[in-house]
Amino acid sequence: MRKAWSLFFLAAAVVAVAACWAAPGMHWWFPQKSPGGHAVSPLGNQIDDLFYLILVITSVTFIGTQAMLAFVLWKYEAAPGRRSAFTHGSHSLEVIWSVVPAGIMLFIALYQMDVWARYRIQSRFDPYAFEHPIAEVTARQFEWRIRYPAPGKTLQAKPQPDDLYTVNDFHIPLGRPVMFQLRSDDVLHSFFLPHHRVKQDAVPGMTIPVWFESTQTGEFELVCAELCGWGHYKMRGQITAQREEEFQEYLKKLSQSQFDDGVLAANAAGAQQAPAGEEKP
Amino acid sequence: MSTLNPAHPLGHAHSGDDAHTHHELSFVRKYVFSTDHKIIGIQFLCTTLLMLMVGGSLALGVRWQLAFPWKTMPIIGPLLFSSQGGVVPPEFYTMLFTMHATVMIFLVIIPILAGAFGNFVIPLQIGADDMAFPTLNMLSYWFMWPAIGFFMSSFFVEGGGAAAGWTSYPSLSAQAAAAPGSGAGQTLWLMGVTFVGVSSMMGSVNYMTTIINMRAPGMTLFRMPTTIWAMFITAILQAFALPVLTAAGFMLLMDRLVGTCFFTPGGLIINNAEPTVGSGQILLWQHLFWFYSHPAVYIMILPAMGMVSDMISTFSRKPLFGYKPMVYSLSAIAGLGFIVWGHHMFMSGMNPYLGMTFMLSTMMIALPSAVKTFNWLGTLWGGNIQFTVPMLNSLGFVSMFIVGGLSGIFMAAVPVDIYIHDTYFIVAHFHYVLFGATMFGVFGGIHYWFPKMFGRMMNESVGKVHFVLSFIGFNCTFFPMHLLGVAGMPRRLADPYNYPYLAHLLPMNQFMTYSAILMGFAQFLLLGNFFYSMFKGKKVGRNPWNANSLEWTAPSPPGHGNFDILPVVYRGPYEYASPLVEEDFLPQTRRLTPEQMAAVKPPATAH
Ligand SMILES: [Cu+2]
Ligand SMILES: [Cu+2]
Repeated sequence: MRKAWSLFFLAAAVVAVAACWAAPGMHWWFPQKSPGGHAVSPLGNQIDDLFYLILVITSVTFIGTQAMLAFVLWKYEAAPGRRSAFTHGSHSLEVIWSVVPAGIMLFIALYQMDVWARYRIQSRFDPYAFEHPIAEVTARQFEWRIRYPAPGKTLQAKPQPDDLYTVNDFHIPLGRPVMFQLRSDDVLHSFFLPHHRVKQDAVPGMTIPVWFESTQTGEFELVCAELCGWGHYKMRGQITAQREEEFQEYLKKLSQSQFDDGVLAANAAGAQQAPAGEEKP
Repeated sequence: MSTLNPAHPLGHAHSGDDAHTHHELSFVRKYVFSTDHKIIGIQFLCTTLLMLMVGGSLALGVRWQLAFPWKTMPIIGPLLFSSQGGVVPPEFYTMLFTMHATVMIFLVIIPILAGAFGNFVIPLQIGADDMAFPTLNMLSYWFMWPAIGFFMSSFFVEGGGAAAGWTSYPSLSAQAAAAPGSGAGQTLWLMGVTFVGVSSMMGSVNYMTTIINMRAPGMTLFRMPTTIWAMFITAILQAFALPVLTAAGFMLLMDRLVGTCFFTPGGLIINNAEPTVGSGQILLWQHLFWFYSHPAVYIMILPAMGMVSDMISTFSRKPLFGYKPMVYSLSAIAGLGFIVWGHHMFMSGMNPYLGMTFMLSTMMIALPSAVKTFNWLGTLWGGNIQFTVPMLNSLGFVSMFIVGGLSGIFMAAVPVDIYIHDTYFIVAHFHYVLFGATMFGVFGGIHYWFPKMFGRMMNESVGKVHFVLSFIGFNCTFFPMHLLGVAGMPRRLADPYNYPYLAHLLPMNQFMTYSAILMGFAQFLLLGNFFYSMFKGKKVGRNPWNANSLEWTAPSPPGHGNFDILPVVYRGPYEYASPLVEEDFLPQTRRLTPEQMAAVKPPATAH
């Protein structure tokens, strides 16, 4: 039983490290849509890089301190006739373990600034995306309402008669930064795209510009990440990233179906049938 | 007896019978409405342990839903929701986690540290006969009960208890129409928080005054145990941060009750109610709330840090490594604690430049925490470590505080926080700090000071089993939450598996729930040991741990007035293994003759 406590604390640390090591293989890691669970946006990949940087620093610290803890518990377990060292501390050690972590923390903080600035500081936004927001996303209990400008027009702050609307279904073009305006109609919500590493609260009374870029086509989940009431768990939307042409085609179709009053469609059908009818005789 | 008015004219006007009761207090005055800091401390301790079980049960309700969503919840389900086959509705789930956090933070952790340990330990460790304001002290305990009453009764009002999260962000908390729990339950919640605040404030004033004014002769500031330093700094934090929360709570109550609009922007149509009017700001609440609640995080851990420093030094039989750096780092944490609140709001839509400054200050606050950890390891190094129950829990504190401290760096980094904000990574982090660290410090403190409270020991073997089960249960419950967070699982979802990218995480959540149940049941060992030992534990003398600080020179348990011999302090509290004496401890009150002082030259290795 001697040394058992040292081993007990050591075991906890070893299991923790092993769990993290095994996590990606067990799918207990970043959500996977692409091989290896890479983010599907350029900024997302930078965020992941910063995450891994901190992970390395903290892992080294974790392993070091836990090993040290296990070591002192092993080595200095009470024994009959032993007496502790009589020391009240060491000035030089205090200096070292203040200055070194301070340097590391300062480095981490400064190193992170740029990615944050790119994500949120408006002067760093892509100018084209900033001037041509593709949609306004309005959160409300418990759905996402998307308002696109009509094809060829730019989004206005006030809803326009030819605006296009969808619910919980947000299409974006691939391969370029897209910006949208985020609002809320009632309570706080949060716009969260786990695969793109995008998150922004939707705040009642505020309109917040958010941009991201998808590097992969397909459908991705849109999650509400801020408690918004009893139905918070089901406030699920979907992002569809499409090639530019498909996206424009989608908007056109959307516009057609939205403004289909039966007459337009009949006219279109009639126009198609009329020439055919003329040719027949 | 100094705390009672010694020359009460009315008392002497009556018969000799009155003089008798003057010394022999009635049961009610002695154990219920007591002004004795020790009784009040024990009252706080028993109440908070009871609340720990309440908060724990609420947590198990949360865990049940996450492991077995929409399945009949045991006990609660058939009792309350038999018409729905015992399945709890999602609004009940939102209430469960809101009230879990509320109970644990406001009724367990804050009062168990300041109320229970602060009360019991402060006068004893500084050599005072009681607190500076005994009646205020009594009131601070009894002001807890209206708060408990408000919180508990909120379960029974229409719509149920508050369900807007313990952060109570408007509009959810400001507009009654926003959710079922946003009605009377939310109002009661705000009133409860106000009473907790008043209670804490009374304690805080008392602790500051007592520590400044009532120290025994020779007890200079830098001879105070770190527990006292931590309690002192915590009291200052409380005094400066709490009024902000109380004011914000009043403002929110006004918004709800009389139609002000501090936190309500106009034009919101909530759940088909009339559009709101006004031009309030949602973010204002967040700023005010976190201006208190970030310092509150330290209010919830600094005392435990102080207590653990005491215990680690005692059971390493070695002076605390870097006593002054420990004190300075406590102060640094408290000071920096006031300028980091914005790290809870990186995604809130506040000015992004603020995100940068708050990141910088938050990174810097990790520094004193690192210094403390290294000093604990330094204390252990070269010690003669006794694995008593208090020591094991203190080591658990250090081990898990390292995890909680390191995971904090991830969320302090704004870009990384974009992804992990509001995910289970955050939940993992603060449970490692508040449960892994603080509660294990508390477990240690209970075992450590129990002999002083009751003159009896708690059972050592049961204590060890409790520690092992709690430690394993805790880590198996909360460590996987880091991985859930990295997998992008948000908090506060009644059914996360509704999202396909989270569906495969169900088995892991079930494992965590089983671990939580194990941990929950392990607490019955603590309770059983606590109440059994109170009456049947092994009797002990004044100083069962051979510790140095003043409380161990008083009788166990100390009588009213604490010390039979007025303590005079000659040195700091951590002179273990001193070469001046044969034994490996040297109490603060022991006077050495000049010959004894000269007999042994300090060894060359000491510096
Ligand atoms: Cu939501
Ligand atoms: Cu904080």
